[in-house]
Amino acid sequence: MKKNYYLKILLVLVTIIFVFRLITLQLINPYYKSLSENNALIELPVFPERGYIYDRNGDILVSNKPGYDLMIIPENTSEFDTLELKNLLKLSYEDLKFRINKARTFSNKKPSVIISEISKENHATLQEKLWKYPGFYIQKKSLRYYPNPIASNILGYLSEVNENDLKKDYYYKSGELIGRQGIEKFYEKYLRGLKGKSFFQKDRYNRIIGSFENGKYDIKSKEANNLILTIDAKLQEYGEKLLKNKRGGIVAIEPKSGEILALISAPNYNPSLLVGRGRSINYKELLNDSISKPLFDRCLQAQYSPGSPFKLLNGLIALQEKVIQPKNKVVCNKGHFYAKNAFMECHCKIGTRNSLVSAIYKSCNTYFAKTFNKIINSKASPSDGLDTWKKHLNSFGLGDYLGYDLPIGKSGFIPDSDYYNNLYNKGGWKAPTIISNSIGQGEILVTPIQMANFTAVIANRGYYITPHFLKSINGNTDLKPFEKKVSTIDSLNFEPIISGMEKVVENGTAKIAKISGIEVCGKTGTVENFTLIKGKKTQLTDHSIFVAFAPKNNPKIAIAVYIENGFWGSRWAAPIASLMIEKRLNKSTKRKWLENRMINGSLINEYFKPYSKKDFKINE
Amino acid sequence: MNKDFIFRLDWTVILIYFSFLLIGIISIYSSTYEENNIIFFSSIVGKQILFCISSILIGILILNIKPGFFQQVSFIIYILSIISLIGLFLIGDTAAGSTSWYKIGTIKIQPSEFAKISTALMIASYFTNIQTDITKTNSLIKALLIILIPSILIISQRDPGSAIVFSSFILVFFREGLPIKYLFLIIVGLILFVLTLVLSIYLVFIIIILSVLVQYFFIKKYNSKTKFNKYFLLIIAGVTFCLSVNFIFNSVFEQRHRDRFNVILGITEDIKGVGYNINQSKIAIGSGGLIGKGFLQGTQTKGNFVPAQHTDYIFTNIAEEWGFIGSMVLILLFLILILRILDRGEKQKNIFNRVFIYCIASLITFHFIINIGMSLGLLPTIGIPLPFISYGGSSMLSFSILIFLYLNFDVNRFNQW
Repeated sequence: MKKNYYLKILLVLVTIIFVFRLITLQLINPYYKSLSENNALIELPVFPERGYIYDRNGDILVSNKPGYDLMIIPENTSEFDTLELKNLLKLSYEDLKFRINKARTFSNKKPSVIISEISKENHATLQEKLWKYPGFYIQKKSLRYYPNPIASNILGYLSEVNENDLKKDYYYKSGELIGRQGIEKFYEKYLRGLKGKSFFQKDRYNRIIGSFENGKYDIKSKEANNLILTIDAKLQEYGEKLLKNKRGGIVAIEPKSGEILALISAPNYNPSLLVGRGRSINYKELLNDSISKPLFDRCLQAQYSPGSPFKLLNGLIALQEKVIQPKNKVVCNKGHFYAKNAFMECHCKIGTRNSLVSAIYKSCNTYFAKTFNKIINSKASPSDGLDTWKKHLNSFGLGDYLGYDLPIGKSGFIPDSDYYNNLYNKGGWKAPTIISNSIGQGEILVTPIQMANFTAVIANRGYYITPHFLKSINGNTDLKPFEKKVSTIDSLNFEPIISGMEKVVENGTAKIAKISGIEVCGKTGTVENFTLIKGKKTQLTDHSIFVAFAPKNNPKIAIAVYIENGFWGSRWAAPIASLMIEKRLNKSTKRKWLENRMINGSLINEYFKPYSKKDFKINE
Repeated sequence: MNKDFIFRLDWTVILIYFSFLLIGIISIYSSTYEENNIIFFSSIVGKQILFCISSILIGILILNIKPGFFQQVSFIIYILSIISLIGLFLIGDTAAGSTSWYKIGTIKIQPSEFAKISTALMIASYFTNIQTDITKTNSLIKALLIILIPSILIISQRDPGSAIVFSSFILVFFREGLPIKYLFLIIVGLILFVLTLVLSIYLVFIIIILSVLVQYFFIKKYNSKTKFNKYFLLIIAGVTFCLSVNFIFNSVFEQRHRDRFNVILGITEDIKGVGYNINQSKIAIGSGGLIGKGFLQGTQTKGNFVPAQHTDYIFTNIAEEWGFIGSMVLILLFLILILRILDRGEKQKNIFNRVFIYCIASLITFHFIINIGMSLGLLPTIGIPLPFISYGGSSMLSFSILIFLYLNFDVNRFNQW
């Protein structure tokens, strides 16, 4: 063997080892490849601008505004004039130092926020001087903007995604915003669009040193959609004004289309409070306000007794079941005994004889108690009678979620035979036992939107379109149509009820709701209500209720107004409903005196009574 | 230079030499690339091109010198080189912990690079001595001294990487007759070295004792006269070696040197700290895949993830941007170059020339193995350049001189008897 073979053998052996190593590193082992993609590249999302929200007339409800954050990269800073900077930023020296140190502890090389959401004016002055401060820069971001701060209960708000959202939808990354409530939540997918991706090349300090291959692999974001809502911003704003210093809700629906024209819940909050920097603090404040509960949507989430407007439904059911004739009269003697030793009061004079129409406009308790009795007893057993009654009511959308396009709501409650069988044992109850339901007190619970919806059914003479807020997406009205639901009541049976409602406004309990030139049909309500004070059931001042639609023929608006502790129906609810109708149909209101009385009227004292820890009088 | 002369030049080696220069320039350009660099010749790649040009010019000069001249001046050159290394202690420039440079204006010269040439010349010259017999201990010690003097000087200047390179000359001794058993000793020594670091020292003692005893009894079966004494001495030598390795490693080595070994041997796996270089290097190589990411497209390169990428870790850039294919081409070029030099060197009738050429081959081999082995994560980080390719003037010039000396000796093979 020639002696130089040692070196040759060594060389060849090593070369073989190298080749094997290269094969395992470069060809077999994808681990290093994926790692390379990770540690040299950074993938940053590109967000499309969130969609705007308009009202039905094209007025902007929600748009976006730029927000400016002052950022710092501690590594890049050099000695600077802290005195001038602290004055520029309107911070104390300690505060500024604290913020800079916090950023430094987080990372010396990565950017941190020093001040978020600098105002536009401050931004301009700051921008001018910023060249003096290397390491500081301004970063723009997009925030929700409400040119007219109304309808917060409908629009909802955004907040950062939480653990749950992250688990549910892989689209989101920590720190991103998601529609948390209202339209923002329900139509999140339309409003957000689809974010894209941009790849950037990093260096070993994690600093971005440029785009990766000129954006060859970037994924373009998909534009967000603008929504047009069915809301009439002017009406909404007007309603919010009317409900100032009151509690309750107004729901206005266009009966033909099921489009919700206004949905006002009071007390409300300014939607701008839940944008950006102050969001979490403001949100906590709103959430902790357990007295006025501004985050609680009284139109959708509050369940009230329906009160007298419910008599309309009992009348309709009785007509459909043919247990009454509109012409037949019922005697009322300031009330009647509905059972032995059980007297139901009524404000009719002794010896009043009411037909269906007059019973409605006088809101006669006797008439409808007797009618309800007849409905329950029209079948083989009270149970069958009650279940038939419930079936009719369900066809008005009562006792169930209506299916509107907001993420919150309550179903209300319509009792059935099972419920009373449980409560009183089977056979232990009869029509008189549950007679309160005849006049809308009792066990029934409805939400204001359900009230407005059944008013729309009456206005439509027998059907409703699922109430909704979405009119079009990007101007495209070709949406999946909202469901039409036909009630179990024949359309002919509505006429006597509607005549009654017309009389209510003409010369009945709600003459104040009369609008010249518009035939308004309505029904007042006054609802007894109770609360627990120190464990004692205490009665509070009655709720003031009014439902109405107008005009009588070819109705354009159906409305329900609920004013908590407003005493009687025509005191607050009827005038407010009337003004709303006028505003919607005539675009302006003539009765300024009434308008002022409503806007300036306050029920705050009434609301403090239960918290006063003193005895108080109600209905004064 | 007549036509005949040019015709007889080893054009294979020249071709490979020039392709290496080109590969080096391209890789250095890529790994130091910055978008808005205007002044070209002050950039790193610009300097490298200047180094290449001056190396080629000096090379052409070398081709025109009679080969016998180098043998005559080898001793003087060796002495000058030793003096230049000693001089570093007085006026050396310190960078990265090593005092390895003379600084003349903006030019930095690393005498250890040139000491390789002078040592190779000295060794070649030593083997021409009729009295030299490497199988004899006396000659071996003298030969080792030639290597040890510059390497000890370089070690004491805290540049162990460059010093280790000198051990490549031992390969030449084997070619010139050093018995094979020494090679086994070296291999066993290396194995023990690694074992001592990886395993507990007592376990290594047991392994030594057991293996020696097994061997003893195995041989005793055939040759009952075998005395145990020899084997006992072997055990003592082994244990002493282990103990000294342990001592040197823990007391003489600095922490950074220990870390390098620990990472390779898998004792520590600190990919953010000491293992960072090797890990980033592996990532860069691995991410190249079959065909690589293309010129200037290496993400690891652009991100400067691999430290010293234009010098010691230049291979990672080639592997990332040109992939498995590119890496293979480079490795095969080195293989061809070295084998070619060895084969042509073997044809030399002149001992001086033959030994010197063999030294050249050993040096390139050693650099090639250590540098690429380090980049591939097979060997600990030893900061030595990849010949002809890594950035660096001294290294470029010294390897170019070696190649042109080879070309000179090779082309003049028929003129000398």
